[in-house]
Amino acid sequence: MKIRAIALNTFKEAIRDRILYLLLFFAALCIILSRILALLTIGDRAKIIMDVGLASLSLFGVLMAILIGTGLVYKEIDKRTLYTLLAKPIQRYQFLLGKYLGLLLTLFVMLVLMTLVFLVLILLHRYPIEGAFFLAILFVFVELCLITAVALLFSCFSTPILSTLFSLSFYLIGHLSWGLETLINKLPQGGIKTLARILYLFLPNLENFNFKTEVVHHLSIPPKIFLYSSLYGIFYTVFILALAVMVFRRRDFI
Amino acid sequence: MDTVLRIENIHKSFKAGFIPKRKKILDGISLEVNGGEIFGYLGPNGAGKTTTLKCVLGLIFPDKGKIQIFGHSNLSLQAKEKIGFLPENPYFYDYLTATEFLSFYSDLTLVKKENKQAQIENLLQLVGLNQAADLQLRKFSRGMLQRIGLAQALINDPSLVFLDEPLGGLDPLGRKEIRDVIIRLKEEGKTVFLSSHILQDIEMICDRVAILVSGKIINQGALQDLISEKVKVTEITLSGVKTEDCKDLGDCYSAQEGRIFLKVFEEEKIATVIQLVQTKKGKIHSLIPRTETLEDLFVGAVKQR
Repeated sequence: MKIRAIALNTFKEAIRDRILYLLLFFAALCIILSRILALLTIGDRAKIIMDVGLASLSLFGVLMAILIGTGLVYKEIDKRTLYTLLAKPIQRYQFLLGKYLGLLLTLFVMLVLMTLVFLVLILLHRYPIEGAFFLAILFVFVELCLITAVALLFSCFSTPILSTLFSLSFYLIGHLSWGLETLINKLPQGGIKTLARILYLFLPNLENFNFKTEVVHHLSIPPKIFLYSSLYGIFYTVFILALAVMVFRRRDFI
Repeated sequence: MDTVLRIENIHKSFKAGFIPKRKKILDGISLEVNGGEIFGYLGPNGAGKTTTLKCVLGLIFPDKGKIQIFGHSNLSLQAKEKIGFLPENPYFYDYLTATEFLSFYSDLTLVKKENKQAQIENLLQLVGLNQAADLQLRKFSRGMLQRIGLAQALINDPSLVFLDEPLGGLDPLGRKEIRDVIIRLKEEGKTVFLSSHILQDIEMICDRVAILVSGKIINQGALQDLISEKVKVTEITLSGVKTEDCKDLGDCYSAQEGRIFLKVFEEEKIATVIQLVQTKKGKIHSLIPRTETLEDLFVGAVKQR
């Protein structure tokens, strides 16, 4: 109940942020521009539209999550709205979860809006839509859940600019960490290989949530992969949220 | 009377600077607040008043010491359900209207849904904001923010209310109104913990006070015990007498329209002054005995440190 009240207030606050609409505008622009890009391409135009459209959805979703997520808790501390809130009979973790869920709700609404623009474009051109298309978008949302948790974690102890940099780094590392796997396969047995393995274990692998290629090229995806990716997303998010709660619980609000 | 707030020997220091250096803010604060009283927490700027309040409210954690509210730990929900807090220079979500804001805060407490609307209307009435119920907080003046801040502190009908500089930034009328609200809270049996450096207000309404200087409580007790009722000086305004005649009686100043302002320090000399005025056929315009004020006590205490 208390978490819900905080979540709804966070949603009300986030939905007023102008950055959100700017990003939404550019996302819509990118999706529509994919049509022009398709005109310049030799080959299957539908593939270009799908590819650019899904990539825009994912990229702008992540930007929204990071730019709003990193300011959420910081703003409450900076403007001292947190003082009266935490003096009410709520636990600190309830506040943090409320903020998190409120932002997820905002991102969900934004993702739905972007998907609608995308769907209109696809339907206008009478391209076929498969179930995998919606699954790919669902996994974009799973990725957003994780990125939001990361943004929230950094927001608990850092300024918005630093948090944004940290969160963007997390996103980039997450999408490039598969390179480390290739490296591990090529390294000779020894200390460095073990070190690289341990590093790979802790670094996020956000490519687990990327099903764009499969959707664009109509490749089949084994259900086991979906299950694995979902579990990976849930556990990683819970882990990051637990870290955020631990940091936030012991923090002094000077 | 029951003790509603017990603070035992709390210490707090912060690390500050590029090369972190520990700075002591609170140095062994102990105090007790009894049920139903208005307790004044006094101190100059930077003495640690707000830090103490933040420790009590669980916004920061003391390095050492114990805080109990109604016998529970200050961090427990049982304790928080019974308290209200108005911070210094409050700032709230400025995109909400007064009603929306109170409704949001009401959802965070145990206020029953069916009572919510009535409770909000009562509070807006109490702090004199019923005209501004549907106005966004961004359009509120400083005084109005202070009032809505007081309303949110009372949303859960708390038994103990913490007010940090509640009269700061208010005009004289606003101060009187908020003071009346505080007195009304006491009449309803609530306990009020008032932190302030505006001595006049504290003197007017507080039952007991504690004086905090540089993180230490240097004096605490009932106001009448701390301030002696002995007359320190008598201020007399008179006319029809020459200044030279009064010189031996006390400090003598010339005032407007040929009047003399005289400060008499010994009580027995007052009769001499009156006699003098009678023989010279002069006139006494005013005679005011001044007892020690909280300000004297406060200034004396701060200077001693």
